[in-house]
Amino acid sequence: MASMLLTSLRSSPLTSVQAAQFAARSLSTSVHLRAQAKSKKTLAKPGMKNVVLVDGVRTPFLQSGTTYADLMPHDLARAALQGLLNRTGLPKDAVDYIVYGTVIQEVKTSNVAREAALGAGFSDKTPAHTVTMACISSNQAMTTGVGLIAAGQCDAVVAGGVEFMSDVPIRHSRKMRKTMLSLNKAKTLGARLSLLGSIRLAHLSPELPAVAEFSTAETMGHSADRLAAAFGVSRLEQDEFALRSHTLAKKAQDSGLLSDVVSFKVPGRDIVSKDNGIRPATMEQLAKLKPAFIKPHGTVTAANSSFLTDGASAVLIMSEEKALAMGYKPKAYLRDFVYVSQDPKDQLLLGPTYATPKVLEKSGLTMNDIDVFEFHEAFAGQIMANLKAMESDWFAQTYMGRKTKVGAPPMEKFNTWGGSLSLGHPFAATGCRLVTTVAHRLQKEGGQYGLVAACAAGGQGHAMVIEAYPQ
Amino acid sequence: MASARFLLTRRCCTALKATTGHGQRSLSVSSAVLARTHVSYEVKDNVAVVRINDPTSKVNTLSKHMQAEMVEVMNEIWGNSAVKSAVLISRKPGCFIAGADINMIQACKTVEEVTSLSQEGQKIFDRIEKSPIPIVAAINGSCLGGGLEFAIACQYRIATKSKKTILGTPEVMLGLLPGAGGTQRLPKMVGLPAAFDMMLTGRNIKPDKAKKMGLVHQLVDPLGPGLKSPEERTIEYLEEVAVDFAKGLAGKKVTVEKKKGLVQKIQDFVMGLPPVRKQIYKTVHSKVMKQSKGLYPAPLKIIECIQTGVEKGNTAGYLTESQNFGKLAMTSESRALIGLYHGQVTCKKNHFGQPEREVKKLAVLGAGLMGAGIAQVTIDKGVATILKDTTEEGLARGHQQVYKGLNDKTKKKSLTTFERDGIMSLLSGQLDYRDFEKADMVIEAVFEDLSIKHKVVKEVEAVIPPHCIFATNTSALPIKDIAAASKRPEKVIGMHYFSPVDKMQLLEIITTNKTSKDTTASAVAVGLKQGKVIIVVGDGPGFYTTRCLAPMLAEAVRALQEGVGPKKLDSLTTGFGFPVGAATLADEVGIDVAAHVAEDLGKAFGTRFGGGNVEVLKMMVQKGFKGRKSGKGCYVYGAKSKEKKVNSGAEEILKSFKLTAPPAVSADEDIQYRLVSRFVNEAILCLEEGILPDPVQGDIGAVFGLGFPPCLGGPFRFVDSHGADKLVQKMKRFEEVYGNQFTPCQLLLDHAKDSSKRFHK
Repeated sequence: MASMLLTSLRSSPLTSVQAAQFAARSLSTSVHLRAQAKSKKTLAKPGMKNVVLVDGVRTPFLQSGTTYADLMPHDLARAALQGLLNRTGLPKDAVDYIVYGTVIQEVKTSNVAREAALGAGFSDKTPAHTVTMACISSNQAMTTGVGLIAAGQCDAVVAGGVEFMSDVPIRHSRKMRKTMLSLNKAKTLGARLSLLGSIRLAHLSPELPAVAEFSTAETMGHSADRLAAAFGVSRLEQDEFALRSHTLAKKAQDSGLLSDVVSFKVPGRDIVSKDNGIRPATMEQLAKLKPAFIKPHGTVTAANSSFLTDGASAVLIMSEEKALAMGYKPKAYLRDFVYVSQDPKDQLLLGPTYATPKVLEKSGLTMNDIDVFEFHEAFAGQIMANLKAMESDWFAQTYMGRKTKVGAPPMEKFNTWGGSLSLGHPFAATGCRLVTTVAHRLQKEGGQYGLVAACAAGGQGHAMVIEAYPQ
Repeated sequence: MASARFLLTRRCCTALKATTGHGQRSLSVSSAVLARTHVSYEVKDNVAVVRINDPTSKVNTLSKHMQAEMVEVMNEIWGNSAVKSAVLISRKPGCFIAGADINMIQACKTVEEVTSLSQEGQKIFDRIEKSPIPIVAAINGSCLGGGLEFAIACQYRIATKSKKTILGTPEVMLGLLPGAGGTQRLPKMVGLPAAFDMMLTGRNIKPDKAKKMGLVHQLVDPLGPGLKSPEERTIEYLEEVAVDFAKGLAGKKVTVEKKKGLVQKIQDFVMGLPPVRKQIYKTVHSKVMKQSKGLYPAPLKIIECIQTGVEKGNTAGYLTESQNFGKLAMTSESRALIGLYHGQVTCKKNHFGQPEREVKKLAVLGAGLMGAGIAQVTIDKGVATILKDTTEEGLARGHQQVYKGLNDKTKKKSLTTFERDGIMSLLSGQLDYRDFEKADMVIEAVFEDLSIKHKVVKEVEAVIPPHCIFATNTSALPIKDIAAASKRPEKVIGMHYFSPVDKMQLLEIITTNKTSKDTTASAVAVGLKQGKVIIVVGDGPGFYTTRCLAPMLAEAVRALQEGVGPKKLDSLTTGFGFPVGAATLADEVGIDVAAHVAEDLGKAFGTRFGGGNVEVLKMMVQKGFKGRKSGKGCYVYGAKSKEKKVNSGAEEILKSFKLTAPPAVSADEDIQYRLVSRFVNEAILCLEEGILPDPVQGDIGAVFGLGFPPCLGGPFRFVDSHGADKLVQKMKRFEEVYGNQFTPCQLLLDHAKDSSKRFHK
């Protein structure tokens, strides 16, 4: 099915309308598939607490440098937390713990979880900590919460993530920092003057943070381009997938499916209530762009990559008893999850390929049992490479120690409300968006099991199985 | 403990690669009927993709067969009007074209034959250069010598950034020059200074540098795992990119000419001025003369070719190139260097079979210069290594040495900091014998004292597993004496490293008559893994290398006593082709070590090892003149000035031991031959006594371990080319004055008597 969709896309460059129609058609066919019997009736485990997602929200995801430009990261996080409080009507002291993810840290608010929680009006008796694991930081925040609940330490945890790319810490050079630090310690005027005199023009050039691997010094886009080439993903395939993402996101936005978005009155600006990066273009427009990383023969462009985004997300997770006792109707169960890691150079973005079969095995499900797939779209080329890797017996045998391939998800179940390419990708906020979207899609489409998978810098990856809460 | 340190830096060169030769034979039978075996092509979208693959060898070489098929293929392509452009690519993962076929050149008997070989090559590449359709060379792996000349004749070059991709013209290291248009095209492509640098040093150029220099137009990243193996897919990807560029070139969408920056324009302008060029030729010439002492003809011929091409035009340039190539191929220097190349290839193989078990964990005892060096070259090949010392200070120093060695590589960008850290994590510095029960091999590098070595053998044997090999890194103590303390002498072997271990390529492995074959196989396997060139010799005082060096140093001391100053002595030895002068060498080795060795070997071999008075060395040690490590030896070190100063304290000692120089044997040339003949005679004696298994290993050991002049090819090749009879005559003259130190050994006499006897065929 997936390959059919792709080949038809490849053979004729579709207009956005056609693609949307096509996607709509494939959506309807998924109803058939859902009728099959599942390998397991439920993933509840005897003796284990059921952990549920009560609700999830996010601020609109905006391209960095737009409406959020003058904020600070904790402002965005606070907006998401307040949105969650409003949406759920949660009493502010009912939360036992808050875990937040972030990637590029604002040094003033290094424990951004605590700063945001205080500002959002949570009880100052609720402890909060910040986690970081690149693009799966909020996944880590959620699973940390799941662990706390499963271990009986907490009953209600708020997890989330925030990323603010409109302002990033730009540092003085190491030499300059060293001089400045010595200056603090210098006692005499002479010592100070000689330190000042040692400053050279070159010391003044700043250090910019890069979306690059520290271990390999390779930027992620460069690695994605090589990955796409390794799997023989063409420029056309990537542009088609990017177009699909934008088209589906636009459709989801227009039909009001993105209900996790909460409006945010930005101080001094208007109320923001919509993602602003969704831009369905034509294949011709996409084809015009030059490669962004590997020049001149690369295939990854600005249009088929996720863009720098500001945004925050938050979810409320609870033990099932607690949620029911508080009168909530949970949206989904958070079930098995895995973290994986591999070579940060040549397999940087293959996390989903490794994590998907592992989490399926852990939960005793097969690909056919999954009704809803939400994969993080870092780059169109990365998604296509992962799909090809999952379809390859050779790759499974040579690199994963498996006898056979796990198989790629069918496209009609895959990221049907858009993805990171179109909705945006605030690094640490994406995980919660994926989980909430799976819960909403399961409710909307009536499936039972959903799967979230994502890659992250450092060659890491994550996958989680989500089970719909009985309606 | 420390052995000789030399500045000799011979890179492994594959410029001209020997193939086994059966490729050429098929040429006579090959006809249009026979399918081509080395070169194939297909036309994709009006682009002819020419793939080269020599099925008989691991690398592609420009053998006659390859050339013939290439010409055939190119003619077909040029004759096909549907083909608008072409891509030239190798199917071998690590090699584009490694060079011309060395056997093809060696098979020639006359200058004219080689000259015509060169002219054929020039002709082919001329046609490539004038090709009516653009040709893109897609380079992955080594692109050296003739391979590079081929590539630069093409209209466009794309290279992968793989670690295996290197470009260069290493012909000079074989005493030759780029003889297929290289001396003519390179200056135009990369400019005069860079062209001189490439051709005179033969250095390998990495892809990034090549792009900067203008040697290649585009770079392609190597790919990781995908739907095929990384190597296979990377070549495919390179081909895809190259085909795209070929189409672009044919459609005039891609231009070959790069926009020149201001600096480039200024440089071009300056280079256009004849007086500037003249000055460059002069500077380069004097630099070459200074470094080579005029002992190597190839660099001078290279300068001549470049100069002729630039000043007198193509026709004259090509003619000079082919004629000089022919002349160089017939020089004894080229033969010597090619002989060393072959010898090096032989000494990079394990002739003792596969060891029963692979050494996965190695322990080094003693974190001194040698111990730490051994640890460094072991961990950087991925083998977990314990570095044990007895004191924390010693351990810290050794650890720092390893770290510095690796960190210097990160500065040169041959290693990333992460790779460095990963390698360092394999090193376990410790003061106790923890984990020795897991060691597969222990190499001891403790102080050169038999009783200490015995103590170490016993201590170690109490903790190591039964299969573990005990190797001893000694430069002079007989292995059997050390093994006397062992319960399992079959597991004891000598591994004599040279300092600095990470720079010196040689490893001398010493077996006793009790050492088992598997132990030897294992020691050779470890040495090869460490990247060493290995000679395996028999046991005896000083084995092979130290034993050859000792009489030469004894003679050097005598010369010093006779009033030849250290500087004069150095210039005499370097003038003969040694990369380091004898006085400097003694300082590098360490005067204490030299004294130690002189005394030990003097006891073992008697008056033959006499000459200079050992007391000179002892007195120097007493005064603290231990050589470079103590700041003073024959020279004074430490001052930042480049000019080395002679140590006046040492001069005084020499004065107090003054000898009168016998005028009959004290001319400059006599002093040179006194030094060299003792070295050579001892080497031949080692062969006669069976310490050395063959002359090849003797030559390799002398050149790579002791810095014997590479242009002479080693002591054995030197005797062959100089004439054993002439050498014996000289020695007889010295013998009359000094006695048995100059008595030629029997084998040398045999060769002198019968001129048909040669060490090398």
